This record gives sequence, C-alpha cells and structure tokens, in this order.
Amino acid sequence: MSSFIPLFVIIPLAAAFLIPIIGRFIEGFQRTFSSVVFAFLSFLSFYFMFSNDQDMYTYMIGGWEPVNGIPVAICFTLDGLTAFMLTIISLISFFAAFYAISYIKRFTAENNFYALFCLMVGGMNGVVLTGDLFNLFVFLEIAVIASYALVAFGIGKNELEASFKYQVLGGMASILILFGIGMIYWKTKTLNIADVSSILSTAQQDSYLLFTQIIFIAGFGLKAALMPFHAWLPDAHSSAPSPISAMLSGVLIKAIGIYSIIRLFFNMFPLSTEISTIIIILGTVSMVLGVFLAVGQWDIKRLLAYHSISQMGYVVLGVGIGMMILVNGGNQSVAALSIAGGLFHLINHAVFKGLLFLNAGAIEYETGTRDLKEMGGLSEYMPVTYSTSLGASMAISGIPPFNGFFSKLVIILAAIKGKFYFLAVLAILVSIITLASFLKFQKFSFFNKQRDPGSKKISEVPFFMCFSMIGLAILCLGLSLLIFPGIRETILNPAVDALINTNGYVSSIIDQ
Amino acid sequence: MRLYLLCFILFLVGLYGVLTRRNIIKIIIGLTFMEFSTFLFLIIIGYIEGGVAPILSKTVEYTRFVDPLPQAMVLTAIVIALATNAMLLAIAVKLYKKYGTFDIRKINNLKG
Repeated sequence: MSSFIPLFVIIPLAAAFLIPIIGRFIEGFQRTFSSVVFAFLSFLSFYFMFSNDQDMYTYMIGGWEPVNGIPVAICFTLDGLTAFMLTIISLISFFAAFYAISYIKRFTAENNFYALFCLMVGGMNGVVLTGDLFNLFVFLEIAVIASYALVAFGIGKNELEASFKYQVLGGMASILILFGIGMIYWKTKTLNIADVSSILSTAQQDSYLLFTQIIFIAGFGLKAALMPFHAWLPDAHSSAPSPISAMLSGVLIKAIGIYSIIRLFFNMFPLSTEISTIIIILGTVSMVLGVFLAVGQWDIKRLLAYHSISQMGYVVLGVGIGMMILVNGGNQSVAALSIAGGLFHLINHAVFKGLLFLNAGAIEYETGTRDLKEMGGLSEYMPVTYSTSLGASMAISGIPPFNGFFSKLVIILAAIKGKFYFLAVLAILVSIITLASFLKFQKFSFFNKQRDPGSKKISEVPFFMCFSMIGLAILCLGLSLLIFPGIRETILNPAVDALINTNGYVSSIIDQ
Repeated sequence: MRLYLLCFILFLVGLYGVLTRRNIIKIIIGLTFMEFSTFLFLIIIGYIEGGVAPILSKTVEYTRFVDPLPQAMVLTAIVIALATNAMLLAIAVKLYKKYGTFDIRKINNLKG
C-alpha cells in the first residue's frame, strides 16, 4: 500500500503539467479533468483514512534503504494526522474545482487557473506527507507561489495590491522558515524530522532551541495568519476568485500553517511550557480580536476572512491547551479531548468556511457586488444559496445540530476540565459575537428589502455551483456525527493518537 | 563568528529596506537581500575549517570535505527565490500599469 503514497503529489503535479498543454486543443478538458483528479484523490485519501492495518505508512523516495535504521532519503510518511489532513484537502478541492466550472467562465485563461489550482493542491499534499524538513519548505513554496498567482488572478487594482502584500509577508515567512531549518541543521546535522526529534529529545531545552522554536512559530504563524501576523489575510482572501478564497481559507492556512506548527511542535521539538504558553496566547488573541474586527465589516468576503482568523484561534487554542496539559503531566484523556476538539474544529471550519465563501461567490456572481449595504431580499431569488448559507452560518456560530456546535463544545469542555476557566468563558463570548455578525450577514443579504431592483435579473446560480454548495451543506450536518463514539474512533482518534503519543512518530520511522 | 555577524548585518539591511522604503522595486530588492543573507548563513554552517570541495576521486585523498548538503539546499532555495522574485516583479509591472506609480503610499485601495 505504501507505494500509493507518492500518487498524492504526482497526480496533481502531472495534472498541472497536462492541463495547459492538452486543454489548448480539447475544449472542456481542463474542467472535467481537474474534477476527476480531485475525486480520485478523495477516494485514495478515504481509503488511507479507513484502513486500519498499519499505524504508519512510509515511502522512501528513490528507493534509498535506511542506514542503521535512519532514513537517508527524503521519506513520505502517512499516519493518522496526515490521512486526516489529506482527506480535508482533497474533499474541499474537489468541491471548489467543481464549483469553478461555472464560476470561472467569466475569466480568460481558464487553463492557467486549473493548472495553478492543481499545483497548489500538489504542494499542500506534499507538505502534509513529507517527513523531511527541507522538503517541507520546498512543497510549501510550491503551494504558496501558486496561491500568490491565484490571488492576483483577476488582474484588477485590488487583486494586484492584495497579492503584492501577500507576497512580501509570505516571502518574509519563507525566509524565517528557511533560517529555522538552517538552525536545526546546524545543531543536529540532519533534516529528517524523526531523526531530529530523537536527537533533540536528549538535548537540553536551552536558549538556542527556544530561539529556533520562536523563529518557526513566527514563520508558520505568518503562513497561518495568527493574530499579530494576520495583515495579509483579509486582503488576499477577499480579492481572490471565490473558489480560491474557499481553498485559501478552508485548506491552505491549515495545511501549511496549522499542520506544520502541530507536527513540528508535537513530534519534532520536545514539549515545553514556554512554547505551549506562546501557542495558547496566539490562539486566544486571534480568537478574540479576529471576531471584533469581523463585526464591523460590510464587504462579505472580508467579513468571512476575519472570521477565518478567529476560528483558527479556536483550533490553535484547543491544540495549545492539550499541549500545556501534556507538558504539566496532567490527565492524558483531557489532553486528548482538547486536541480532538481542535482537530474536529479544523475539519469543520474547512467545510463551513469553504461553503460560506462559495455562497459569497454565488451572491457576487448574480448581483455583481460584495457590499452588504447594496444587496437585500435575495432569499426569494436564490433559494439554494440562501438555505445553504443559513446552514453554514448556524454551523460557524455554533447552533446545535450543526457541526460547529459540537467542536466548540468539546474545546470549551476540555478548557474547563483543564482548569482554564477564563479561556472557556472567552470562547463562549467569541461564539456569541460570531452569531451576531452572521445574523447581520443573513439579514442584510437575504432578508432586507431590495434597495435597487436594477436592470439585471437575479436568479439561482447554475447547476455546478449549486451542487458544490449542497454537497458542503450536507457535510456540515453530517460531520456532527463525528462526535459519536464508533465514528470518532475511526476518524479523529488516529489523528489525536499520532500527536499524544509523541515518541510513536520517531519509533515507527527509525528502526522499522 | 565574524562571518555570522556580517551575514546578520546583511539581513538587517534587507529588513530596513523592506520596512522604510516607499518604492515597490526597492522593497523587492530589500526582500532579495534578506533571502540572500539566509543563503549565506546556510553556506557558512556547512563550512568546515580547512575543508575542500566535496568531490570524490580515486587520485586525490583529502579527508576534510565541507558539508555538501547545505550547498544542495541553497541551490534549491535559489531556484525557489528566483520564482518568487519573478512573480513579485511581474506583479510590480502590472501594478505600475494600473496605478501609474511605484509609490506604495498611493497604492492603498484596500483598507480595514
């Protein structure tokens, strides 16, 4: 089975190569082919998620055998957390590519759009699969360079400005990450994450290591848009074409930012109080300030972008609390609950924020504006968009049968059990403010009287867009099943075990 | 130690350029300075006192080679930096066509 692992990287990269060449001669090739590719990747990732015969699959690139049990080649590793992330990436990219079939017809250069899309997905799959630090940097750059180009895809004033801002900050982040990798290499003389981990586990927690960790937090924090590093996110996410906004907000900041932070700080560095405190503070600050910045926005996509910062705060908070409990030697089950809450919110956020951005794209597609003050009364004309966005809004603000409620509940319960009462109260307050801002979104876009009927006739969006929105809305409801035991054990628990059992990652790669 | 210090000064020069310049092209140049100082740092950490280029051959018997892995990493990173710089400059050209200026104080449509 391990020999199928490189397909996650090879297939999107090959598609990115083939689409501009063949798409030039065959009409419609790019649209169908990209959807087929992502559907296939979804099946493959589902297979890896539900197969229980092995905890960890590894694949050595180039067939280089390990020397003394330590891999010398770049290795691809696939454990519970990786399978979980791969499923999110493939699912959201399938729905976004399917949605783009209708949406992107307004733009020229369709071939380039799908090629860059596939390149971005290939880069993200590489980041979550790789077991080598420098290889992680290379795949991360593949993903972000494609996303720079996709943000600027509209070639308008705003898009170019947003892309420039994103590139300068993203370039800084890449430099910091490369610098951190250099520091790690200097100290340990190896780049394999498992090998670095086994060397660092015997080392002292000294100022050198702390400096390296802070460099990594700054670098990946910039990519994940945690609060002091968030300046690029609202511009970039609101200026990109809507399927790309859904990908950036739903997947990219998680796959290259949050995932890397989680993987490196749980499985590579020894756990420490300082770092877990920093992670909790970053999570809390982005959770609270993000939502306050979001309430005042009138541009739909900008409002959603600020909510991404806030919801990422929940994820980081959940994971950080789990880390803190593990460091202090507290109850393992509470730590597991907290991390499970964080990861559960991560998949939920990918689904409902992807859906909300697709809704915003549908509204923009029909009315031609993103300003909440200029729209209203759309519920009559666009029933599918209205009902799906109502579901997503309830999910993000934590209303019961939807998935967002359960993940927030788990995080808040874990915070109370771990005696972080203040953080639990903050999480509840932020959830209420989120509800308020989504009530505003619903009221101004779908219920108010339409101010200007205009000459353009507004109707429901085409089939492909409807299909993606309905699919994601069903997932919004369906993912709440993850809370039940039995389903939770097959999907969430392997991912949590990969993090809780910090030595398991090393022992399953070295000396296998 | 002196080499690391020089490398750090180069990094600070680049950071100063990015933070204080108003011209887009100068910001890009500052970013390139920062990138190159990082590459220099990677090269320096692979250097071993008195080492030679790591080329194995049957006739020469050197025992002290410099570490080749950072050099391979830097080659890869330079290619990546080339791609990011090309992308940045392409965006800069497009921005100039739209706004008619390189001044970032005048390119401020997005706020809030």
